[in-house]
Amino acid sequence: MPIQRRRFVAAVGAGAIASAAGCSGIAGTLGPSGDDGSEGPAVVGETLTLTTTTSTYDTGLLDEIHPEFEEMYGVTVDAVAQGTGAALESARNGDADVVLVHARGLEDEFLRDGYGINRRDLMFNDFVIVGPESDPAEIRGTASATEALTAIADAEARFVSRGDNSGTHTKELNLWEAAGAEPGGDWYQETGTGMGEALNVATQQGAYTLSDRGTFISQRSAIDLVVLVQGPIEDGPEILANPYGIMAVNPGVHDNANYDLAMAYIGWITSPDAQDAISEYRTNGEQLFFPEAVSDDPDFQQYVPEGWSSDSSD
Amino acid sequence: MPIEPVAGLLPIVFDLPFREGYVRSIIFVSLYVSVVAVTLSTLFSVPVAVAMGFADFPGKQFAKSVINTGMGFPSVVVGLLVLFAVSNQGPLGSLNLIFTPEAMILSQFVLATPPITAISLAAITGVDEGVRDAARVLGGTRLDVALVVLKEARYGIATAILAGFGRAISEVGSVLIVGGNITGADGISKTRTLTTAIQLEARQGQYETAMVLGAILVALVLTVNAIVVRLGDREVRP
Repeated sequence: MPIQRRRFVAAVGAGAIASAAGCSGIAGTLGPSGDDGSEGPAVVGETLTLTTTTSTYDTGLLDEIHPEFEEMYGVTVDAVAQGTGAALESARNGDADVVLVHARGLEDEFLRDGYGINRRDLMFNDFVIVGPESDPAEIRGTASATEALTAIADAEARFVSRGDNSGTHTKELNLWEAAGAEPGGDWYQETGTGMGEALNVATQQGAYTLSDRGTFISQRSAIDLVVLVQGPIEDGPEILANPYGIMAVNPGVHDNANYDLAMAYIGWITSPDAQDAISEYRTNGEQLFFPEAVSDDPDFQQYVPEGWSSDSSD
Repeated sequence: MPIEPVAGLLPIVFDLPFREGYVRSIIFVSLYVSVVAVTLSTLFSVPVAVAMGFADFPGKQFAKSVINTGMGFPSVVVGLLVLFAVSNQGPLGSLNLIFTPEAMILSQFVLATPPITAISLAAITGVDEGVRDAARVLGGTRLDVALVVLKEARYGIATAILAGFGRAISEVGSVLIVGGNITGADGISKTRTLTTAIQLEARQGQYETAMVLGAILVALVLTVNAIVVRLGDREVRP
């Protein structure tokens, strides 16, 4: 019964679209502008739903670069900033057309489950371990992120965790695992909030936290924390790299996904022009994101789950 | 509307880090979603309250309990239920409502209906029996009696509508989930309301900006309340 109702609604919707299309067709032939459809692509007026992480949105990057894409295709991009876990979940439910996130493990799971296709490496920045100037666990200048975390755990110095299944939270949990330390106890606090709020909580409590460099830079003036362990951009350990990937939602799973426009978006944002715009974006005079989609080196691993090979049984 | 010039002055007074039209557009979305939702809720709730106030049926107390429970229903849970309904996988998925103002109206309708129904019902039940009897004695039909009672209960019903409006416009959990807090790259809100904008500013640690938006929200609720009270007073005179 629900299926029949759905078909009915779909039929009514299709009828409405067909009649609307008919009207615009007539308007097109009669209109004074002589608009015969050749002036713009057929996607004009459509909406692309992008679910993404808070770091790409809150830093202002997307608002800065999206107007060019919207103008190019005559479309609207609805950017929903949710955090990596929630962004992928929305896409699994078929509520997004394209996802831009930063947790390779979760992205790979999304690909393997068949929800995502046409993945590209988009850009990167890095994570930094920040904390109070007084540095009670004495991690300043430590060359290894895992050693720094071990020192924090040993000293039972306060540490603020995002605790929200975001890309940053996922990275933090991976780091604790790599450090062989079990976070817990009074000194370890999950806030369940965005990066900006977590940085504020850390400031209030004189605590350490893991932050993406972009959010840290864009809020540095309002918080009282310093970078104690640098990421790879400032010659820190490679384990703190923060790569962002972009994927289209598989129209074979969700047939309502706007696949054409999603692929147009991926094509645009990985193009030299948009990649230049990403590298030129500045907050407080500092570059937040480093593009990596344009390369003369054929990196096949960006298209498939990490470590995947056609020879393996997977 | 006085909103236009006031919203235009805000960036000058507070030096808000927003683009032109942004604050105005989130005020508009807030009002649009809440007013439509509360109007629909009222059209649904008041007849239900009248019917329940006049009729005696088995399970009436239970129905009242359900409505009263609905008043305390957590908005996040309502948001999740509406999300399941309007998501592509849900029963209303083919209508493509997810991340639209219409989905937000749906969730606020669900949130505003219990308080409006419950408070209206209390107001109608509270009308003196003598008024009903007098209306009947004077030869009124059932409809006439209902209208007389409604007129007597109008203050209570206005309070009910304001309570529903207050719940809708100050609510953040469900509109964030089903609306997605979307603003276009041109800085014009699509599904961002004052409450979700406050949440966004707080997430970024911009507490001062969040406070200013909060003050706008309070001023807005105050204005709406004043307007409704004024209308109620005017109705008495003729």
